[in-house]
Amino acid sequence: MKLKTILLSTGIAATAGAVFAAGHETMADEMTVVSWGGAYQNSQQKAYTEPYVEMNPDVSVTWDESSAEAVAKLRAMNEAGNITWDLVDVVASDAIRLCDEGLAMEVDHDELLAEAPDGTPASEDFGDLIVSDCFIPQIVYSTTVGYRNDAEGWTGEPDTICALWDQENFPGQRSLERRPIGNLEWALLCDGVAKEDIYDVLETEEGQDRAFAKLDELKDNTIWWTAGADTPQLLADGEVVMGSTYNGRLFSLIAEQDQPVSMLWDAQVFDLDGWIIPAGLSDEKLARVKDFLNFATDTQRLADQSKYISYGPARQSSAPLVSTHAELGIEMAPHMPTDPANSENTFLYNYEWWADYRDDLDAKFQAWLSQ
Amino acid sequence: MTSATDPDAYTGATPDNAIRDADRAEKGPVLAADGTPLKASLARSLRVQKLRALGLIAPLLIFILVTFIAPIADMLFRSVENQIVSETLPRTVQELERWDGESVPDEETFRALAADLMIATELKNHTRLGSRLNYETTGISSLFRQTGRDMDEVGEVYLDQFVELDEAWEEPETWMTLMASDDWLTARDQWATDKEEAEAAQDAATTAEEAIALEFTTPEPDFQLNQISQEALPRTASIYRQFAQVIQSEDEDSPSEEEPWAIVYQALYEDLTAGRGEGYDGDIAGLLTEAREAVGSFEEVPVREFFLEEVDEDWADPEVWGTIEAFSSPYTAGYFLASADFQLTPQGIERQPEDQQIYGLLFQRTMFMSLTIMFSCIVLGYPIAFLLSNLPVRTSNLLLILVLLPFWTSLLVRTSAWKVLLQQQGVINDILVWIGLVADNNRLELINNQTGTIIAMTHILLPFMILPLYSVMKTIPPYYVRAAKSLGATPFTAFRRVYFPQSVPGIGAGCILVFILAIGYYITPELVGGTTGTFISNRIAYHISSSLNWGLAAALGSILLALVLVLYYLYDRIVGIDNVSLG
Repeated sequence: MKLKTILLSTGIAATAGAVFAAGHETMADEMTVVSWGGAYQNSQQKAYTEPYVEMNPDVSVTWDESSAEAVAKLRAMNEAGNITWDLVDVVASDAIRLCDEGLAMEVDHDELLAEAPDGTPASEDFGDLIVSDCFIPQIVYSTTVGYRNDAEGWTGEPDTICALWDQENFPGQRSLERRPIGNLEWALLCDGVAKEDIYDVLETEEGQDRAFAKLDELKDNTIWWTAGADTPQLLADGEVVMGSTYNGRLFSLIAEQDQPVSMLWDAQVFDLDGWIIPAGLSDEKLARVKDFLNFATDTQRLADQSKYISYGPARQSSAPLVSTHAELGIEMAPHMPTDPANSENTFLYNYEWWADYRDDLDAKFQAWLSQ
Repeated sequence: MTSATDPDAYTGATPDNAIRDADRAEKGPVLAADGTPLKASLARSLRVQKLRALGLIAPLLIFILVTFIAPIADMLFRSVENQIVSETLPRTVQELERWDGESVPDEETFRALAADLMIATELKNHTRLGSRLNYETTGISSLFRQTGRDMDEVGEVYLDQFVELDEAWEEPETWMTLMASDDWLTARDQWATDKEEAEAAQDAATTAEEAIALEFTTPEPDFQLNQISQEALPRTASIYRQFAQVIQSEDEDSPSEEEPWAIVYQALYEDLTAGRGEGYDGDIAGLLTEAREAVGSFEEVPVREFFLEEVDEDWADPEVWGTIEAFSSPYTAGYFLASADFQLTPQGIERQPEDQQIYGLLFQRTMFMSLTIMFSCIVLGYPIAFLLSNLPVRTSNLLLILVLLPFWTSLLVRTSAWKVLLQQQGVINDILVWIGLVADNNRLELINNQTGTIIAMTHILLPFMILPLYSVMKTIPPYYVRAAKSLGATPFTAFRRVYFPQSVPGIGAGCILVFILAIGYYITPELVGGTTGTFISNRIAYHISSSLNWGLAAALGSILLALVLVLYYLYDRIVGIDNVSLG
């Protein structure tokens, strides 16, 4: 790469050297990809790396299941001056953090990523989902609520997110995530704040107090979870009758494990997951990662991933290509957070706002929990 | 103090007491066989011995220093380190010394800020600084990110006017003449010649390998300013030098081929309107004189106005400026204050708002729960260790394996097993309901609270109590108790007066182990502690891996370490560390 640019810049591109160089744009044969493990990483292996390795038999891919600690580990690697990861799967808020810290590489989406089949440039195909210059979106997921169908003493079925607060009609334990994001928004929404005003209200001291006051109503009968697997387990054990978790986890609980649980599609918090390239990769490694990314985020590959897990592809052009589950054979589209029927009343979570308020509100939230 | 370890109590000549004896000798120095004073000769041989001993432990010592002490010291050092503000905003920090702390700072401060932020943006440091300051004042993160996007517009209005005045101002060559030192220009020409030669050789190469081997990789020599411009146009020179550095290091380009950033024209305007630049007598003095005469009639856009009106009105907020000023020193007590629920504000040290005070509570809770766990380990572990040490070896070995078995099981498995046992629909509650001890609609809450953490951690840490107790009890001769009984003691008195005092070193060792392990425990409280059963270590983990506030994590960690050391010291004073036996 370097050789090529130097030659080009000095204006003697058409010489023998440049010909050699162009033919020898070396790519590393090894690639370390970091992801979340479990069913999600499995879907990435099936949809992205296995076909890629088939095309490039020389390449070996190593997986590291460290996405949950990716931000801290990347910072440590950067300080030690030894980046051992080539491609990292993170949620959008972490991508923004990594980009702010200068730990992730800024990319030109149109140059790096493939166009849609109809020629739409990548930046338009991904649209608003490119929430940071470093972030290459992959899937859309939702944090939503699941509930047991056989709960005792219930009148009717929950049809809004505010059923969480309705102990009269839906008595029983709840489970919610042990962090402010999502919970505060739901609290305000159920306290009568219009969806578009939520962040304006939450910005004020009174608004925050109001949200916490609303959460006070839930506090005594709520288990606060930290791992995505907690709520499905709690629901399956009957420990809670209603709880929030990621829609993919609920899908596998309902469709794959056949538990008497249903999913609520109301005010589910939309979130994104995608790739970042760590800053400071060597030229060979970078060339390989770019080549892989171009393949792994094209329209077909993103649609393929949804055969294995119920997360929506981040490209608009992938949506029509979503087909059936690879093993169960059921249509996947109705289980996607991106499906029109499911996304009627979604809640878009404001990344920039949370980047500012996260530290303060988290301290408040933890203090509130400990009281 | 004459114990068995006192060197003077040791009979026979050791180097130590021989030196002392030599000291005490009143009649002149005692001489060794070779005529040198005995004291010196002994000291020499002692030194050799000590060096040899040090040499023997050196590999381990170095290993521990490098892999253990140094990283911990480095991590703890972050709790006070705060260079990022003064390094990223050097000009602003200096200007802020004049600020009154209340009003919106003046034009000069904003000019300094614009220059600092332009460079920070190019180096992509501004967002890092933003997230640092956001720990202190909410909103700075996005303010800096937002401001970074608009930075290349500062000075654009002057760029246009300078170029309109004379197109030469657009030429990199003009700036080279104005700014670069002669030495650098010569060095750069030499470098360009070398490069051309190398490329010609490369073109002549016949194979790709040869071409790659001949690749010219030497970077352009680092840019240097000339003396005249530094004196005549200090601001322009300072920012131009940084521009050249960024172009060379970040873009791997040459300042001789790049038009300067708009902010450089801003600086030139500032220099010229301030009446500087008269002393310049270099090659383009004419161009500069023309510009100096023209700037008076330039259309003026104050940087302050640009920031407040175009970029973000938050720049009018004294709190933002106050935060920058309060954290401008290279070392800060801010993180330690935050760990004690205080905050450093422009007005001084203040208590955190009540709804954000968590660390005091968490420290108290960590201490309380660790002590509770330690005591429950003594209560449960003492009888087991007693039983183990009094059974025949065969049986006791079997039982010992049972004690150790959970020790060899994964921590996560054990913790998850407790979840299954303790939850409301779990095994223990089911049994209690079945035998009718608790009502079905009133099941016990045994998990996701302090009870859960105490139960699970007592189980996990129990072996650390049993093993030292067992090894101490093993050495207590059974006939002491028998003798006590034969002298008329009741079994209880014999235990209390004879057996128990001898087992205290084991309790001491067990307590230290269990307490120190408990105080830093993280994963079990996280999984079974719910909201009321979490420790300070859970917050440390959150700040390390999630909020990236490593400074605060380091401060919390330092406090935790200090607490353990203080308790250790107290333990030593009260019980005596010599009374601890690990076996």
